Amino acid sequence: MEKTQTTLESSLESVDQAEAIAVDEARKLGFDEDGQAQFGMAVREVMVNAVVHGNRYNQKKKVHLEIERSKDSLAFTLGDEGEGFDFNSLPDPLAPENLLRQSGRGLMLARAFVDGFDLHPRAGGGTEVRLVKNLH
Amino acid sequence: MSVKLTSRQVGDVTVIDAAGRITLGEGASAFRDMIRDLAAKGNKKLLVNLADVSYIDSSGIGEMVSGFTTVTNQGGKLKLVGLSKRVKDLLQITKLYTVFEAFDDEADAVRSFA
Repeated sequence: MEKTQTTLESSLESVDQAEAIAVDEARKLGFDEDGQAQFGMAVREVMVNAVVHGNRYNQKKKVHLEIERSKDSLAFTLGDEGEGFDFNSLPDPLAPENLLRQSGRGLMLARAFVDGFDLHPRAGGGTEVRLVKNLH
Repeated sequence: MSVKLTSRQVGDVTVIDAAGRITLGEGASAFRDMIRDLAAKGNKKLLVNLADVSYIDSSGIGEMVSGFTTVTNQGGKLKLVGLSKRVKDLLQITKLYTVFEAFDDEADAVRSFA
């Protein structure tokens, strides 16, 4: 298992950057185009959540990204410096009464495109999400 | 690349050709503005052609839903054509296939407004 860590700004550019990193890491590990796109989308949605809802575009707050690579899986852990929230208290975006809501689908989509999804409070404040995608 | 949007008339149906990425920021905003502008001008039959859209994120999906609601509330209809497998998967996962009427063929889609 090889690990690297980086820090990203709370900006829309960082959302694109995180997605590009995810797609590139997935490509290097051997994922096909669909797998790369799925992992890229999962990371993008979690990053949007961190920047928009967690750090609220506050430039003083960062998103902490840890990448773990093994020969058959890729894991990204993204932590924001926001106030945290209860994942289970979010409205179900698939409930009939919520289908026409404009927002609230991001984390569900992220979860749908990976093999492992764990959302928990981040040590020191904020929220941390770990995404794992297996090669096979 | 963000999204590129153009509109054209096929009979009384306004076809919006989208190309690129409909994502949080410029892409989703441009899509929202285009739908609202067309709806405000009285266009009630809108067909969004997604054949050249490579990527839609949850913000883009949100704008599509918002556009659907705007047009429907004004007595119009908004339908989709040319969905890639990835976009179809998104509509399946989000259950929005139950909301949007989607077509593979533009001529079929245009006829469905009659």
